[in-house]
Amino acid sequence: MKTYYNPEDLKKFSKIGNFQKKLADKFFDYYGEVFAEGELSAREKSLIALAVAHAIQCPYCIDAYTSDSLEKGWTEGQMMEAVHVAGAIRGGASLVHGVQMMNKVNDLTM
Amino acid sequence: MKSLLAQKHKFSDSKAQIEFLEENRGFPLFADSLKSCGIFPLKPAGIDIFQMNIGKMCNQVCKHCHVDAGPDRKEIMTRETMEICLSVIRNNPEIQTVDLTGGAPEMNPEFFWFVEEVSKLNRKIIVRCNLTIILANKKYHILPEFFKEHKVEVVSSLPFYNAQRTDSQRGEGVFEKSIRAIQMLNEVGYGKENSGLMLNLVYNPAGAFLPAAQAILEGQFKQQLSRQFGIVFNHLFTITNMPISRFLEYLIQTENYEDYMDKLISAFNPAAATGVMCRNTLSIGWDGQIYDCDFNQMLELNVSGASKHIRDFDKQSLLTREIVLNQHCFGCTAGSGSSCGGATT
Ligand code: SF4
Ligand code: SF4
Repeated sequence: MKTYYNPEDLKKFSKIGNFQKKLADKFFDYYGEVFAEGELSAREKSLIALAVAHAIQCPYCIDAYTSDSLEKGWTEGQMMEAVHVAGAIRGGASLVHGVQMMNKVNDLTM
Repeated sequence: MKSLLAQKHKFSDSKAQIEFLEENRGFPLFADSLKSCGIFPLKPAGIDIFQMNIGKMCNQVCKHCHVDAGPDRKEIMTRETMEICLSVIRNNPEIQTVDLTGGAPEMNPEFFWFVEEVSKLNRKIIVRCNLTIILANKKYHILPEFFKEHKVEVVSSLPFYNAQRTDSQRGEGVFEKSIRAIQMLNEVGYGKENSGLMLNLVYNPAGAFLPAAQAILEGQFKQQLSRQFGIVFNHLFTITNMPISRFLEYLIQTENYEDYMDKLISAFNPAAATGVMCRNTLSIGWDGQIYDCDFNQMLELNVSGASKHIRDFDKQSLLTREIVLNQHCFGCTAGSGSSCGGATT
């Protein structure tokens, strides 16, 4: 079946270096560093990544960080709350622009 | 849920499982992974733990069970075989621990007698108690007191601190009964500071993923179980699900097999490979056959060498044997490693 998204492609992520090695190496170094233990734990970062994956609606990231969140000991309830945080921010981001619309309405109407 | 045997499933024959595991899917061979870190052939370091599987009968039928245990399983160790085991334990003081597993080991009619006999030999005794057995029948209500009397270390599975994940793996209502059973163990002193009575819980993932870091998960379990149920315990052991028996069947049914093997293989950890439990454990089957571990036992992969049955126990032959390996062994070496005592690194 031909589709734009193929789950198998996730495993090929590192192959982006075949076309441009230097930038890929820099990216993966950076990526590794970002997810290492820091002031935030690797466990906390995994849940943030899960939420962001939903905000940007990336199927690869949702796949990867669902597994990773389970493997970091998060519960289904906690994972869904994180998704709601993404949903709330996305919804809020749309709605807050309602103020812009209201401003424009005020400009244009008597 | 029925055992594979009751379903007449092809995987109730261990040869079919081995054939499946050995099918070429482009995975590296476990033996080659050991070669690459210079530990092949894998040799034992000693015989510290004498693990006996005293029967496949169980009051539960968990989805992931590597024993394919259940109420329908009739294989049970006889007193005669136990007596031979006792003499081996008695004559080999380097055996520090006698580890009793099953099925539900308590369902063996000789269980109480056998624990009493082993406790006379002054070794550490571990019983892998599934918790719900304590409540399953009046005759088992005395187990907490009996364990206490014989200073048995109790090791019990609790896949998660909530009912949803526990019951999805172990059956409807298991979480609630397990909590009640842990409370009964706590009441006689198990898991309490300075009681000397050890209660260790076992976490294994309720699905096709790897366990979380043991120390972090132990903290979460302690906090949640104490807050919600006033429960205490000593340690949490994280165990990786092995791709054999019912869990293998689950992986295939849910189309997770290849990804799961990939996960185990990519997470191969040489330090965990050095510390695999077969290097200091012997596993004895219900019929007295000797294996490198309980997983090899379920695959009916006997130890190499002449000493294949407990009546032919020969320490020298066992200490110089080559451990029998196959693709399922990747389950012991992934990430922080996995053994009956939890993570190995
Ligand atoms: S995992 Fe343990 S409790 Fe569950 S069926 Fe198997 S032996 Fe019984
Ligand atoms: S499955 Fe058994 S033989 Fe294989 S590495 Fe694990 S303990 Fe050793």
